[in-house]
Amino acid sequence: MNAVVRGIRAFVMFWVDFIIGDDWTVAAAVALALLGTWGLTRMGITAWWLLPLCVLAVTAVSIRRTANREPRHDPSG
Amino acid sequence: MNPTVLLTAFFATAIEVIEMVAIVVGVGVARSWRASLTGASAGLVVLAALVAVLGTAVRDVPLSPVRLVVGALLLIFGLQWLRKGVLRVARDGWGVGHRAAQVDSTELVEHRFDWTGFVLSFKGVSLEGLEVTVIVVAFGAAAGAVGSAVAGAAAAIIVLGAVGALTYRLVARIPRRALQLFVGALLTTFGTFWAAEGLGVAWPGEETALLALGAFYVLAALGLLSWVRHRWQETTQLVVRPGSSPGSASAPSVPERH
Repeated sequence: MNAVVRGIRAFVMFWVDFIIGDDWTVAAAVALALLGTWGLTRMGITAWWLLPLCVLAVTAVSIRRTANREPRHDPSG
Repeated sequence: MNPTVLLTAFFATAIEVIEMVAIVVGVGVARSWRASLTGASAGLVVLAALVAVLGTAVRDVPLSPVRLVVGALLLIFGLQWLRKGVLRVARDGWGVGHRAAQVDSTELVEHRFDWTGFVLSFKGVSLEGLEVTVIVVAFGAAAGAVGSAVAGAAAAIIVLGAVGALTYRLVARIPRRALQLFVGALLTTFGTFWAAEGLGVAWPGEETALLALGAFYVLAALGLLSWVRHRWQETTQLVVRPGSSPGSASAPSVPERH
């Protein structure tokens, strides 16, 4: 039983780590950008530009946040 | 044998196989060949089982949801690598990780199977393989020459697989830090393209949009890299530590997971 629970927990943690990683805001922003792209497409508006721009913006914000952080305050360091 | 169907299937398949080989080689070199090739093999097995069960009905499998799920996962994961690649190259420079001894020992534990690499290759191969199968079945059935379409697709897989096998040593010579940045950009490119396609987006230029997207992400990464370096240099000049070299700086430690 313990082995089963451990296996399920490891499986869930693998996917959490795969999707969320160390910055959950990136995954959340990508999900919102996909939702926006879907909405625009449904309305018949050309939407191919939205996802790359959102990806660039969220990457820049995430990198800026990490770069500005003091090393001693980095929880994963 | 129908040469027109054979050539059409060859070139149509080649576009998909290039994407497949790029992911398998990128993941293999950057993470683990064992995981990447096992993932690719598992993807092919699943595909073969699907074709065996569905037969020609495989062309009715809805590709959009598969593209959306695979694309979104590759995009999110690729972004993690792209971010870390930028931060690590900014911190350590391009040359770190050129030899095995220079690669962080914390990044991948040698004796443990790399499930992340497995999943990345599995997704890339199963999605692209499914698209190849649909192309072959559609062309072959429409022209009444399934044999020619299969031969064209098989030739594309053999030729491009051989190109991948011959060129992986060149890719392996790229330092680990730089490789993480570029493979991150590669996964982000494919992820963006497939996820948007899965939502019904029509890319200008269709598959050639991949090249523009790839260039966009690489240039953006280089721009961000330049900004981070500049930012950390400013910090170093402000915080002068006795006895420490400017290069050692107070650059934040970058998470070593993935």
